[in-house]
Amino acid sequence: MKTILKNVKIFNSDKTEIYIEDGKFSEAFDESSADEVIDGKGNNVFPGLVDMHVHLREPGYEYRETIATGTAAAARGGFTAVCSMPNTFPVCDNAAVVQGILKKAQEAGNCRVYPIGAATKDIEDTCLAEIGLMKEAGIVAVSDDGKPIPTAGMMRKVLEYASDFDIPVLNHCEEKSLGEGAMNEGIVSTSIGIRGCSTAAEDIMIARDIILAEYLGVPVHICHVSTKGGVRMIRDAKARGVKVTCETCPHYFTLTDSACENYDTNFKMHPPLRTEEHRLAIIEGIKDGTIDCIVTDHAPHHQDEKEVEFSHANNGIVGLESSFALSYTYLVKTGVIGLDRLMDLMCYNPSKILKLGRGGMAVGDDADLTVMDLDNEFVFEKDKMLTKGRNTPFDGWKLYGETMLTIMGGKKTYEKLC
Amino acid sequence: MGLKSKDLLGMKQLTPEEIMEILDTAKTMKLVISSANKKTSHLQGKSVVTLFYENSTRTRLSFELASKYMGSASANISATGSSVAKGESLLDTARTIDSMGTDIIIMRHPQSGAPHSIANKLNASIVNAGDGMNEHPTQALLDMLTMYERFDTFEGKNIAICGDVYHSRVVRSNAIGLAKLGAHVSVYGPRTMMPIGIENMGVRVATSVADCVKDADAVMGLRVQLERQKSSLFPSVAEYSKFYAITPEMLALAKPDAFLMHPGPCNHGVELPTAVYDCDQSVINEQVTNGVAVRMAVLYLLMARRNNL
Repeated sequence: MKTILKNVKIFNSDKTEIYIEDGKFSEAFDESSADEVIDGKGNNVFPGLVDMHVHLREPGYEYRETIATGTAAAARGGFTAVCSMPNTFPVCDNAAVVQGILKKAQEAGNCRVYPIGAATKDIEDTCLAEIGLMKEAGIVAVSDDGKPIPTAGMMRKVLEYASDFDIPVLNHCEEKSLGEGAMNEGIVSTSIGIRGCSTAAEDIMIARDIILAEYLGVPVHICHVSTKGGVRMIRDAKARGVKVTCETCPHYFTLTDSACENYDTNFKMHPPLRTEEHRLAIIEGIKDGTIDCIVTDHAPHHQDEKEVEFSHANNGIVGLESSFALSYTYLVKTGVIGLDRLMDLMCYNPSKILKLGRGGMAVGDDADLTVMDLDNEFVFEKDKMLTKGRNTPFDGWKLYGETMLTIMGGKKTYEKLC
Repeated sequence: MGLKSKDLLGMKQLTPEEIMEILDTAKTMKLVISSANKKTSHLQGKSVVTLFYENSTRTRLSFELASKYMGSASANISATGSSVAKGESLLDTARTIDSMGTDIIIMRHPQSGAPHSIANKLNASIVNAGDGMNEHPTQALLDMLTMYERFDTFEGKNIAICGDVYHSRVVRSNAIGLAKLGAHVSVYGPRTMMPIGIENMGVRVATSVADCVKDADAVMGLRVQLERQKSSLFPSVAEYSKFYAITPEMLALAKPDAFLMHPGPCNHGVELPTAVYDCDQSVINEQVTNGVAVRMAVLYLLMARRNNL
């Protein structure tokens, strides 16, 4: 199978044509020998995006999302690789579940899926999960995401044991003894009478994890950073040489807790939306390189789990199909960062942290790419999403950076160009 | 005449003019309550349902009597003894009540924002009778009516509120309503019961009970939810009553003609000594009467809007 993608602007290249043969980028060949020639219509080509933090919900919660629908949404968002969090049912805490996820992903063929295994059995924080056996089956990291690893003692064991297998540990940082609120604690939560969770709860656990990583000399990755204090501590730790990396999500640099004023549950997630001060600190962390990755924390929920009282509603929003456009519109178009840095955040850094080997566009590399329209504004519409979830706060937003085409291993996984 | 919005969700949504219209209407309604024949025809041919997911004595009974005094068909549903106990969602329950031709649903719910989440999905008007820690607008309105009967204006008046501010929807509604009419609200309670950023709601956070009630025109105690003691927000009732209660000595720091309010139910000897509850300055029982009057006014004005559309 030979494909030519022509009339495109290629990221970090002066060329205008891409040649693909048998799933790999190839040397130029004659157009007459191509099976397909695609007109890129002057749009921009990027390496396939990588999202190291998504919830695909399968097995167990197929009414929210399946691996097939979640990866279709990923392809529509320009992603060619995603990492699935283990809080499924049963929990992905053993090799059999890992193999099942990989098989379903293979069958769907929409996007590479790299499973993340649970750090502790059943995400119950009582004993270590079979990290070694799961690594043999294909996990790329461990995490109890959705829940923090609550005690410093268990976190130390996870960091130490995972380091034997060179497996990164990703932690959801939240000190639960400070109270389990439904939104950020602050002026808005006080005004509308919703229990808040403080930025202190996130900061305390980030501090703990940095201290452990420094003490043990092992890496740690902080999930979805949302606070000014978190960014500051990670910046300081990196400067000292601590092996800490971190991620944030588009909602933390585009929204604040004032969006919760009308109890709209599409603005409810964990960590919660913070205040403007924290939003600006996240942008600063992105700008100065403290924040390594942009992830979505894609968390599809059923309508019945969101159309309820605010405090009862499930946490989380979908994000795969809006992530690039939000990041491009709010970070690149505004001049905060350039496209090089955006690709670090959305492709190269997550690939490097989890050793996925993605992002290459040289001859012989897997032909993973996405074509984005950076010039024309489009309206993001929830009813056009391919995810089963409808829980997006971005319905109706006018954005730049619509996906035109995604190719994974030489195969079209999403196409809007025609 | 009538309210601008279909629903009464909170004091946040009312304009100062609407608050005054409710209070003036309530003064008239109070004449009905004190008359020999407690009957008007304002709600004749209309239906009012109370939907309560939490316990209540005075709020529920006063709404029920208010609607009956005005001639409506009224009915009650509570979380126990209905399909709610079988796990029916709030939205489904509300739509069921709505589908029976109900004009006004009066709702109390333990979750903040619960009435807001269903109001725009129903034909019926929703009256918030208390949602979690958010608002209890008719309580604030009856408190304000009690003040209004004694003040010629709210402008510049000092209102002191002491107790568990964090969990109190009564404080939030009063703070918002009183600020809209120009009164100065001071609050005080244990720091463990003081929500972050409350001063942004236009209230002053006092440094002691004495600081809170000094020169007040009205003093309001709040119920200490004794179940909170388990979560260790204060160490003991003895300590609470010593440092946080409104004692006769504290009340004496208020203006000479100041009066004492409490939304009830009261824990005697905790937030208020019984001597204070029963003192000459106490208007607690009159608040209850005013509760019926204010709720008649709210039902009347909501129905007036529905009739005008």
